[in-house]
Order: sequence, then structure tokens, then C-alpha cells
Amino acid sequence: MDRAVIAKEIKRDDLLHMYYYLKLTRALEDRITALYRQGRIVGGVYTSHGMEAIAVGYASALERDDIIAPFHRDMGAFLIRGFTTGEILAQYLGKRTGPTKGKDGNVHMGDLKRGVFGFVSHLADNLPVAAGAALAFKMRGESRVAFAGTGDGGASRGDFHEAMNFAAVRKLPVVFFCNNNQYAYSTPLRLQMAIPNVVDRAKAYGMPGEIVDGNDVAAVHLAAKRAIAGARAGEGPTFLEFKTMRMHGHSEHDPAKYVPRELLEEWKKKDPIVKAERLLKELGYGDDASFQQVTERVKSEVEAGVEFAEQSPLPEGPEVLEGVFADKADSY
Amino acid sequence: MMTVTQTSEEVSYLEAISQALDEEMARDERVFVMGEDIGTYGGAFKITEGFLQKYGEWRVLDTPLAESGFVGAAIGAAMMGLRPVVEMQFADFISCAFDQITEVAAKNHYRWGAAVPMVIRAPFGGGVHGGPFHSECPEGWFFHSPGLKLVAPSTPYDAKGLLKAAIRDPNPVIYFEHKFLYRRIKSVLPKEDFVVPLGKADIKRVGNDISVITYGAMVHLALEAAQTLTQEGIDLEVVDLRTLMPLDKETIFASVRKTSKALLLHEDNKTGGIGAEVAALLAEDCFDCLDGPIVRIAPPDTPVPFSTPLEEFFLPKPSDIIAAARKLAAY
Repeated sequence: MDRAVIAKEIKRDDLLHMYYYLKLTRALEDRITALYRQGRIVGGVYTSHGMEAIAVGYASALERDDIIAPFHRDMGAFLIRGFTTGEILAQYLGKRTGPTKGKDGNVHMGDLKRGVFGFVSHLADNLPVAAGAALAFKMRGESRVAFAGTGDGGASRGDFHEAMNFAAVRKLPVVFFCNNNQYAYSTPLRLQMAIPNVVDRAKAYGMPGEIVDGNDVAAVHLAAKRAIAGARAGEGPTFLEFKTMRMHGHSEHDPAKYVPRELLEEWKKKDPIVKAERLLKELGYGDDASFQQVTERVKSEVEAGVEFAEQSPLPEGPEVLEGVFADKADSY
Repeated sequence: MMTVTQTSEEVSYLEAISQALDEEMARDERVFVMGEDIGTYGGAFKITEGFLQKYGEWRVLDTPLAESGFVGAAIGAAMMGLRPVVEMQFADFISCAFDQITEVAAKNHYRWGAAVPMVIRAPFGGGVHGGPFHSECPEGWFFHSPGLKLVAPSTPYDAKGLLKAAIRDPNPVIYFEHKFLYRRIKSVLPKEDFVVPLGKADIKRVGNDISVITYGAMVHLALEAAQTLTQEGIDLEVVDLRTLMPLDKETIFASVRKTSKALLLHEDNKTGGIGAEVAALLAEDCFDCLDGPIVRIAPPDTPVPFSTPLEEFFLPKPSDIIAAARKLAAY
């Protein structure tokens, strides 16, 4: 992206803030992957490795009372919304101190108080749900926005279509995004859709769409800001397609041998953290020494999180029976 | 199937549903209705006739033909603090929204503490020549899905009181309203606000010999059969479940402990229906008091057929109940 535009549109502190969250996401997920390989984390581990710029870019463009319905590779969104490394690691370790108290694992966490919807494995399920949150905002005359995403695979599901159509018909304040990382588990794009870009569908719903470099945190941030501003101004939904590449397997158990090595080599050069560092240097906002400071800071935050999570209690078996029904419903 | 009475003060089952919605919308501005053709048209069965003029196009929200999408939207609005009441045009179409209901609405509170206070109204049941896509009783699918409450009223009083209770409940509730009863069942309702609490069955007829455990339109069939049987000295007790989930085990067990005989009657297919679960509960908890086999009366395991003789064969009839009760009484 044009450096002059970035310098004009994004404050120095905001860019540094985003860089910090890119690094924190990477450090946290690398630690989670290590814990998985050691057998200390069980179940699935789906990371945003190499795609951190998407969640960090959009979540930092939202206001605090906006709603996020994240994709399953959006760890940065949780961190920006105040989920601590300790809480997140407790979630991965199935501890009572995690956001779901052990009821669900890994990235399947959420908290209405912090405006993050719990991720549902049935991809695209939360797109109509986010449209419904936006419907509530519109009905109550609130200046709030919902931001909801899925992947290139999820974009094939009916709920993707039903959400986009409903939101466009009612001009709801919602932004939809697709993390197009080229593979849905092992299924490549050519077997997922017959069009070159997911964004081509936006036109059919009567909403604007944009293709964005998903590895460029500044580009993601600015595109998200434009779409959010439009939604807040009553212009209705926008669709953003973030182009990126899934650098690991679907889950950490998956060696992803179906992905050509050359493709990974090519995308490695576009790593979002490397890109961000180049940008910060060029703008004079950072240097190797300041980057190293951030590296050390996030490392200690992750280790503090590991300590908290490991010392946290596991739930007791009978807690399985709690929470099937609610005894009250609050307003958010 | 049942007697139609008409007095000016009487309210039909359909009007009772409409009144409950209207009164809840007037009482609480968070309550709104959404679904297909519910605005200008007033809904396929005219439940929301006149609502658009009264409450406007956002609180009487006509949706695109996309059940999964609008149920999902209702979930989102509910989590934000609104109280959506979704109309399925026919309960059969709820299958399109199955995933949103069972995976999102039912599990959100359990998984991450997000309450989903919403109601899905599902006009269900046969006897109206609707054929395989407009007659289904899909409650069995949802009965097996923890996190959902299910209700199925049989009278105007229960229809109104249960709908109000469902709207005020902080959980997703599927409200099965029986199409056959819409305009056939009438009664005088209290003027003041009332609710029928969720989770409470009702003894619609007190009897000593056999407990007929049922719900929905079948309640009226059981009452009709009871009238005939009383002349033969067989005294049926008719237990109207009213709420299918959570089941009122206490009332079911108390009734069967009194009569020692259970006849389970429903309009949903026999295999894996709610009667199967009640039978298992009785076998587990009331085995010592049973004085005869647990008997089920339910349609065969086929889709609901269209042609009159086929549908008549399919649906339970008073004569089926009478025959089964005579056999059971002989034990």
C-alpha cells in the first residue's frame, strides 16, 4: 500500500498497536502449537499463522460496542477485545477459568460483554446471526456495527447467501468478510467455486465489495474502516474479501501435503509481520531494537498466560450439567 | 374430530395466539415478529393480520424466503436483547432452519453463556389435507436437542398462556401450534393478563382407570374417546403434556401411579416419538405400579399422506383409543 496514504490515514500509535497485536497473536499461537505437539493441549488447534493481519486489522478498526462474529482464524480479534493470554490458554487446556469453562475448546469461545460471538464450527452459521445483531442495532436506532466473517469454504454454504441477501434487503449495519486462504481443509478454490473471486457475489446481493491484501494489516484496517463507516452511516452492508494463504494445515494434526510447497514459499515472503516491520521502518515508526522489545514483551505475556492456565483448576465432571438453560437474558 | 361452539365471547385457538402476540408486543417494545408473508398479508393463517398497521414494518418484519437466514437473524437480535417471535409458515419448513436451531440457538448458552430469548412458532399437524410438506409433526427432532424448550398447546387458554410464557422465557422455545385446532376450538378467556408456566402438564380429564398421555390435537381425540368409554365403565384420565421439553415427569408419574395403566397417544410418527421416551421413563420409574403393558397409539412410520382415505388411515382416531383402552382395561 501507498506509504503516504497510510501515514495520512492511520495514526502512528494505532499502527504500533496493530504491530503489537500481530506479534502477540503469533507468539500465543506458536505457544499453543507447541503445547499441542507436547500433548498438553488436546483436540483441534486452528491457527491464524501467516493470516494474523486480518483479525488485527479489522478488530482495531471497530468501536468497542460493535459486535464481532469471528472466523476461526481470528485470534487477534479476541486479544484486541481484551481476552487475556491466560483466559485463552485456559480455554485451550479445558480449564474452568476459560471463557467457556471447559464446555468448548480452542477457538470456540465468545463473550457478549466483550462483543464477540462464540464461533460455530458450521461455517457461515454466524453470518445470519451477525445480521440479526445488526437488525437489533437498526431497530433500536443505535450507531453500532456487526462485523462477521467466514472462509472460502464457508462462502459456499447457504447461510452465507441467506445472510448477505437479508442484510442487503434491510440495509443492515453489518460488514461481511471472507478470509480467502485458498484451502478449505484440503479443498482448493478451484473445487470450491467457479468464479475467480468470492467478492464477485457481492454485486448479486446489491452490496459493494472489495478485494483486500489480507497480509497487509494497514490495507485490512483501512478497508474495514471504510466499510464500517458506510454501515454506520446507514448505507448498508459491505463485503470484503481478504486474500491470504493458509500456511499450516487445517488443524495442527494436518501436514497439508496437498498444498504445493512452492505456493507456501511464495507466500512466506508476504508474511504479515515481515510486511508490517518493513512498513514501520519505512515510516520511521520502528527499528530492529523496538521490534525486539515487542518480541520480549509478548513472550512474557504468553508465558504469564501459560502459568495462569496451567495453575487453573479443571472443571469437575458434574459441571457438565450446568448451563443447558438460561435463567435470565441480558441486553447488549 | 371435535365439537365447534360459537358464542360472541368465545375466542378461537387462532385468536388466542394472535392476542398473546399483540398483548406481548404492546407490553414490551423488545418483542417483534418476523417471518414470511406476515406483514401486508397477515401471515398464511392470518395470525398477524392488522399487526403491520399497528406496529410498523420493523416490528412486523417480512423476511425473504430463507428460514435458516431469518432464524439466524432472530438469534442475533435475541442475544442483543430483543425478543423475536419467528413464524414458520408451516412447521415442515423448520427443517431448513434445523442447523441454526440445534447448533446455534440450542448450544449458545451452554457453550459460552449467551442466552437466546426467542420463540419460533411452528404451525404443525395433519387433518387438513396438507400432504407430506404441510402436515408434519417435527417435534421429535428437537426433543432430542438439549437447550431447546418445546410447547404444544391444545386449548385457547393454553395457547395464549403458553405463548406469553414462551416470549418471557430467556431460552429458545419452539411453539407448536396445531393447525387443525385454529378455528375449531373456542373458549372464553380471562380478561386479565395470564401465563401458563412452561414445564407443567395439565390433567384435562380426571379419571381412575387408564392414563392417556398426549398433547396437541390428540387431547381432543382422547376426550372424545373418554366420553364413549365412560358408558362402558372405563374411566380415562387425560394428561395434556402442554410442554414437551422439559417434560413434567411429576404429573406423568403421579397419574400413572394412580391408574396403573398408560396409553401414550401422539400424532408424530411412532418410532422415536415422544411417546417412546415417556414409555421408557415409565418403565424406569413406575414399573412397580404398572398393571398392564404400556401402549402407544401413533401414526405409522410414513410421511403424512395427502389423499383423504390415506390420511384418515394414518391419523389416530377415537376408535383406536377406544379399542386400545378396552384391551388395556381387561388386564
